[in-house]
Amino acid sequence: MGVALARLAQWTAASYGTGTLEITPLNEILLKEIIIFVEHFIYDHPQEAKFSFVEPLEWKTDLEPSAFESGYIVSETTVTSEEVDKNGQPLLFLSVPQIKVRSFRQLSQLVFIAKDTKLKEAQACVEANRDPVVKILGSDYSTMTEDSSAFNILHKITSSDDPESEMKMRIAILLKQLDLHLLSYILRHISLQICLNPEPVKKDIELLKSFSGKGEQTVLESIDYTSDYEFSNGCRAPPWRQIYGEMCYVLVKPHDVETLCITCSTEGVFLNGDIRFNEEQQKNQIDEVPTYAIRKSVSGSDKNKLEKNQINFRKNQMTRRLEPSLNWRTTVDFKDRKTPAKDSQEEKHGGKLEKTRTSISPGRAQLLRKSVDKVEEMASESSSESEEDEEPPDHRQEANADLPSEYWQIQKLVKYLKGGNQTATVIALCSMRDFNLAQETCQLAIRDVGGLEVLINLLDTDEVKCKIGSLKILKEISHNPQIQRNIVDLGGLPIMVNILDSPYKSLKCLAAETIANVAKFKRARRVVRQHGGITKLVSLLDCAQNSIEPAQSSLYETRDVEVARCGALALWSCSKSYSNKEAIRKAGGFPLLARLLKTSHEDMLIPVVGTLQECASEENYRAAIKAERIIENLVKNLNSENEQLQEHCAMAIYQCAEDEETRDLVRLHGGLKPLASLLNNTDNKERLAAVTGAIWKCSISKENVTKFREYKAIETLVGLLTDQPEEVLVNVVGALGECCQDRENRVIVRKCGGIQPLVNLLVGINQALLVNVTKAVGACAVEPESMVIIDRLDGVRLLWSLLKNPHPDVKASAAWALCPCIQNAKDAGEMVRSFVGGLELVVNLLKSDNKEVLSSVCAAITNIAKDQENLAVITDHGVVPLLSKLANTNNDKLRRHLAEAISRCCMWGRNRVAFGEHKAVAPLVRYLKSSDTNVHRATAQALYQLSEDPDNCITMHENAAVKLLLDMVGSPDQELQEAAAGCISNIRRLALATEKARYN
Amino acid sequence: MNRKKLQKLTDTLTKNCKHFNKFEVNCLIKLFYNLVGEATERPGAATGLDRNAFRNILHMTFGMTDDMIMDRVFRGFDRDNDGIVSVTEWVHGLSLFLRGSLEEKMKYCFDVFDLNGDGFISKEEMFHMLKNSLLKQPSEEDPDEGIKDLVEITLKKMDYDHDGKLSFADYEKAVREEALLLEAFGPCLPDPKSQMEFEAQVFKDPNDFHDNMNS
Repeated sequence: MGVALARLAQWTAASYGTGTLEITPLNEILLKEIIIFVEHFIYDHPQEAKFSFVEPLEWKTDLEPSAFESGYIVSETTVTSEEVDKNGQPLLFLSVPQIKVRSFRQLSQLVFIAKDTKLKEAQACVEANRDPVVKILGSDYSTMTEDSSAFNILHKITSSDDPESEMKMRIAILLKQLDLHLLSYILRHISLQICLNPEPVKKDIELLKSFSGKGEQTVLESIDYTSDYEFSNGCRAPPWRQIYGEMCYVLVKPHDVETLCITCSTEGVFLNGDIRFNEEQQKNQIDEVPTYAIRKSVSGSDKNKLEKNQINFRKNQMTRRLEPSLNWRTTVDFKDRKTPAKDSQEEKHGGKLEKTRTSISPGRAQLLRKSVDKVEEMASESSSESEEDEEPPDHRQEANADLPSEYWQIQKLVKYLKGGNQTATVIALCSMRDFNLAQETCQLAIRDVGGLEVLINLLDTDEVKCKIGSLKILKEISHNPQIQRNIVDLGGLPIMVNILDSPYKSLKCLAAETIANVAKFKRARRVVRQHGGITKLVSLLDCAQNSIEPAQSSLYETRDVEVARCGALALWSCSKSYSNKEAIRKAGGFPLLARLLKTSHEDMLIPVVGTLQECASEENYRAAIKAERIIENLVKNLNSENEQLQEHCAMAIYQCAEDEETRDLVRLHGGLKPLASLLNNTDNKERLAAVTGAIWKCSISKENVTKFREYKAIETLVGLLTDQPEEVLVNVVGALGECCQDRENRVIVRKCGGIQPLVNLLVGINQALLVNVTKAVGACAVEPESMVIIDRLDGVRLLWSLLKNPHPDVKASAAWALCPCIQNAKDAGEMVRSFVGGLELVVNLLKSDNKEVLSSVCAAITNIAKDQENLAVITDHGVVPLLSKLANTNNDKLRRHLAEAISRCCMWGRNRVAFGEHKAVAPLVRYLKSSDTNVHRATAQALYQLSEDPDNCITMHENAAVKLLLDMVGSPDQELQEAAAGCISNIRRLALATEKARYN
Repeated sequence: MNRKKLQKLTDTLTKNCKHFNKFEVNCLIKLFYNLVGEATERPGAATGLDRNAFRNILHMTFGMTDDMIMDRVFRGFDRDNDGIVSVTEWVHGLSLFLRGSLEEKMKYCFDVFDLNGDGFISKEEMFHMLKNSLLKQPSEEDPDEGIKDLVEITLKKMDYDHDGKLSFADYEKAVREEALLLEAFGPCLPDPKSQMEFEAQVFKDPNDFHDNMNS
């Protein structure tokens, strides 16, 4: 932490020697990170925690001696720890107000004791000890000095091998890691505000250049700019790229791979090339977590290797962002950031992700960050509206580029639009429609010659014919995202919204269709809503019921059905924003949509179902959908011939089937059969994703699962476990997970060979997929025969390693899946022990703050503890205090599994007593007041086990357990009865014994 | 005009007119005589609206401005070419004006645009009709350049057989493809707004009408 403290902590300026830390958010973060480090030190590194410092850390504390409890000798003004070093010196000595601490163990304790004031204490400590590393390890380890300490450390470790310096070494490495962590953490904060500028980039490149050349001893083979000319502002990129923030391009030839082309821009340093390469590299970076690397090279005492690693880091860092630290954390984070976005994206939009990927032309400089942001934008849209608007940069056509002939022709037409009367304008508009308006050149040409302004102005005139002509063009060119933004910028939307009130139906239609195109992004949708567009669009849906209308060929008239279709189309676009969904509901859109759903025009049904599907992502609209009997028609349309319609219906069912009643409705209206049969067509991946999604959600209901089995859907699903895109896999696996709750289906899955592909999927990285896969594997593991296969495929080990996954959902799901595995594996105890570090990992998960993770881990511990040897191991890892710490919870699920775990863990050594010492008993008694019988049963059993210890009996009695337990004895649940009775009998027996002792 | 005569006229015209009912025809006849004025009702002399009176109506009621087009519309109404629009021509003309099918309107518009009546709309005719359609820009060397260009654009768009002039077949095909081109060379039909206003004003509530009749 030396470097971080010395360089980054913001000290108040004037003072030297005993400076004080300024109260800034940055410093607070710094201190909090240090506290977390110290708090966890005792658990993460119990050996190192015992090491006594060379010099004590000394500062003025506000703590009262009375705050110290067991383990300390407390007098009025002094506190001495019972723990002493090998010379008999106490490791903690407090003489008010001065405190001296000499080990991490004591520091941890102190942080624990300090509770709310820990931030203040940490600040005082850091202020008083400007170079804690020296105090802890001695002056040899000073980090204030400039030279890279890695070489020092290396030198030390090779020159001496006495245990003490080895210990020092380990602590030094730990502190070094903390330092790195702090640096990177703070950098992440700072880097949000700072852009790169040409100066440091130039320096960095110069530096690297000086270490480049042929031969083994260099960092890189070569590094060169692509351009020799440097502009006065220090940039080397051409001016038209500079406006995008690009500064220079560098060709780098490392020793190990091909020449890399790198773009340095104000946003960071990016590797050019196609996106895949970047992804692969990221993976590598994650594998090379420097802690491993450093440990490895240090233990191997291989100087060369260490050097190589450093170079590696340098390279990684170059490709990512020019940051002064070896910032591996940001890269990991980067990945994290990307995956959830991707997942939600997949859930919501089915296959759309693929489209975004392919739309980015390969070979161009890929700004990876940009593309990630784009994904995030899309993901955020369907569910919530965040404030910032991510919009692609405007690519104006460069003036000197070779312009296509269309450009000039369009320019001429726009001139006539501007300077012509109605007749000339109409001719020009009609002529403009003869250009290929789907082509981007033409779209942008219209905009670049100022045509958009004219077209939008025409909408504001009284000339209906001009309006129609103008909208016909706007409708076509507004497929282009840039044009959409330009239209909004030019204030086109409010005018179009007003046109929705026009008496001419064809005009309404065109306006609605154009709005449908433009409202593809959030800002546009907001404008539509704010100008009352949603209400107007909803009223378009209210077309006359009579389907036999005269086919009017007039310019101004069109059929009501067509008006409704265009309205639905616009609503579909708008419904991607949350507030618009609300507006649609308020405007009474659902009954109208439900009515339109009964028609049989595919053109109409697709936008209607699309809108419903978007709205169904919100729970309260699902209720409205249910109320309007929409499910019935969705099911009907599953049988349509139109693939897109099928896809949207399935998607809507997928969204709605979160609700149990809806799931039943789908079944009652015969929707399961078409869903099952659609599974057989796997060519259309988007539809397949929607269909499998619907099947997944529907199979949450037991009756539906039975139906699916009848339709042989289980077999088909197993077949879909391979060679499918992730968005399909997530749903397929989810469906199998639900189906496998049923015994017969488990057998089917096993017989179809479904277990192998499932276990194979355990190595993925997609969070949503992992959650579902673990659930499915867990469901299969209930079957002993399947368990044999899972065991043979090493599935348990894979599950176990998922406990290390950063996402709490995955962790929890993996832990739940481990429970049946341990229950049903042969030699489960032996198997569990064979995972090196596995038990420690599980126990440490009890420190999580996610209730689901905690519940699942408690359940896993319950199963692990069935084996005596393993119970002994987890006891050594401190399972008892950790479980006890969790006892104060109101979450019934956690309570149940916690009580079960406690009850199991009582079976070893003096754990019963230990639970009492860690104050777990009193909270447990309170569980009996819960309303959940499962909690009662587990708690009674735990109390029964705990009551074997007399002290616990006393605690229970004090907390009025007997009355509660007596009620439990009257429960119809036999196990609960027995456990309660057993517990009462233990308490009673103790009372009798005391009475007896008193009278004797 | 006496009531019996009016009744008879209404019946004849209603029989020959497919877009109006008897009540509407009656309204139009009444309007016609209102416009013509009682004074013109002299035996022997043809009663009707002369060119100026008719152009006035087109301008005031249907918002038309182009003199040449208005002349052509008068010709369209004045089928017997006698220089006045008679009551029969009035009802027939308005039938197309207000209720005409696309086919009827195309035929009518083509006749309006075909200035010399040779069955083709030539480049010269187009030029003639479009010559006032562009704002004169002082910077232009040849002020007619833009008009000529506009004619070329129109031909490119509508001249399907590439003979440098528009036949009715060309015109019909272009209009069927793009209804906006019906009045390609100038507004010769009432715009929908004034049409609605006109109808609302003329075809008042039948009860009113009956009251008027009885009074």
